[in-house]
Amino acid sequence: MLQLKQIHKVFNEGTPDEKMALKNMELHLKPGDFMTVIGSNGAGKSTLMNLISGKMIPDLGEVIIDGKDVTMVKEHKRSRLIGRVFQDPMAGTAPAMTIEENLAIAFSRTASRGLKKGVTKTRRTFFQEKLEFLHLGLENRLQAKVGLLSGGERQALSLLMATFTEPKILLLDEHTAALDPARAELITALTKEIVKTYQLTTLMVTHNMQQALDLGNRLIMMDKGQLIFQANEEQKQCLTVEKLLEEFQRIRGEKMSTDKAVLI
Amino acid sequence: MPTAIFGSIEAGAIYALMALGVYLSFRILDFPDLTVDGSFVTGAAVSAVLIVGGTDPFAATLIAVIAGFAAGCITGLLHTKGKINPLLSGILMMIALYSINLRIMGKSNVPLLAEETVMTKLTAFWQSLGLDEALQALLSVTGFVPNTWGILILMLILAFIVKVIIDLFLTTDIGLAIRATGNNETMIRSFSADTDLLKIMGLGLSNALVAFSGALVAQYNGFSDVGMGIGMIVIGLASVIIGEAIFGAKTIVRATLAVIGGAILYRIIVTAALRVEFLEAGDMKLITALIVVFALVIPKILEKQRERQRKKRRVVQKAYEGGEQLAAIKTDS
Repeated sequence: MLQLKQIHKVFNEGTPDEKMALKNMELHLKPGDFMTVIGSNGAGKSTLMNLISGKMIPDLGEVIIDGKDVTMVKEHKRSRLIGRVFQDPMAGTAPAMTIEENLAIAFSRTASRGLKKGVTKTRRTFFQEKLEFLHLGLENRLQAKVGLLSGGERQALSLLMATFTEPKILLLDEHTAALDPARAELITALTKEIVKTYQLTTLMVTHNMQQALDLGNRLIMMDKGQLIFQANEEQKQCLTVEKLLEEFQRIRGEKMSTDKAVLI
Repeated sequence: MPTAIFGSIEAGAIYALMALGVYLSFRILDFPDLTVDGSFVTGAAVSAVLIVGGTDPFAATLIAVIAGFAAGCITGLLHTKGKINPLLSGILMMIALYSINLRIMGKSNVPLLAEETVMTKLTAFWQSLGLDEALQALLSVTGFVPNTWGILILMLILAFIVKVIIDLFLTTDIGLAIRATGNNETMIRSFSADTDLLKIMGLGLSNALVAFSGALVAQYNGFSDVGMGIGMIVIGLASVIIGEAIFGAKTIVRATLAVIGGAILYRIIVTAALRVEFLEAGDMKLITALIVVFALVIPKILEKQRERQRKKRRVVQKAYEGGEQLAAIKTDS
């Protein structure tokens, strides 16, 4: 479903700040795969996400989604295939617009937009049905401005908006990192449920190792722009946070600095 | 005075179209578009030259609207594809349009007084309905008799129709996407919207309205002048801000109505200000700038004061509740 072939990306090329953000990155996700990505700051996780979403274009290599080469396809066109949830709960929704208007925008992700009414009666019923899934009571507040919602509610809405049109790929970029623990747990549970319901091919970046172990069927670890460790479904089941840290030390010959990654 | 107020409302209704255009760029797209100063004159120039050349005034006005749309699209292109800062793209377009407008008119002023215009046609149409007599009779007590009510009423209806069309447009799929572009660009791009195209389109529509207003103002005043657009963006902003402050902006339906109200109110304020002995017509721009400054600053000061009072009340209330608890503990022991 998602394939990355020999991706290279360099920042600030030819300056003293030159940085190899991604080096020979290879990735292959089968339909329904849910892969978690861990790694310290600067490991290239965000660059990886940006290359898949089309926000950045690789210097070398190919991005293939659903059998199509989308390496040079523009971000907004590629978005038809990709659902995204950002780290910042404010980033995934339009605060000055109502809940139903936001949902209508998300609903049109896979279609071309015309002069038809955005929020119709049928769509509204559909939105209500989907909102009930979140158990936050948002289905009764369709007319409320999204800016009035709490961070957790906004992130839950973002998650719903990114997924209810069943994208080919779901990209989650540390989408629980900016929330308090209780809210983060709620969003994690919702993520699990939604990905399972729609059988979404998912790539989730996280700082939280425990979360990376709890969610998904595959796991990769990145460091300094390279993929350094992979675990498949069986291997992942026997992994613990301690084992992951040991693995990192064995491969890199140095301890993963604890301030760079949340261990629990 | 009644004549002056009557005139202000008439002009205000025509300028309301320009204000609605500014509302689209400034509030919906969050793009302070200075093209307005130029595209307003473009509308006036195109319609005036065509009317003098013998084109039907309605067709001439329509072509003026299209010219305004094109001007807005170019500003949008400069910003999105040329990656030029919003303010600078607008300024560049405004300056470029000054020369273009001069070229269109061939001279700095084109008089329309002897021509058949949209205004004369509408007046004739209105008078054929014979409604003026009835209205005159109704208001004869005040001793105020305007030439015709036609322009006032028809222009108000026109502004209202445009407002309703904008309201409806902004609830369509494209309209929602345009609003989201001005509200959260990252978000709307992740939902497969081409923000560049939406911005270009939004600025085109905005300037189409501005040019529409310019074309009608030229026909209303009886001339098109290359300098008639100077400070137009500030007048537009003043109308939007005054309108929103007085009539509210909770929903779009309300905000667009407020903008029309603001445009009319602005004209009334200016007329009233000019009646002050020591003010001259040339002071109008200064007055406008001051109105915008006050309209921007005063709500913030008021909000701060209200916030402070709210906090004070909360502290007092907490202290009071705390005191009660203390008292309760005392009686317990």
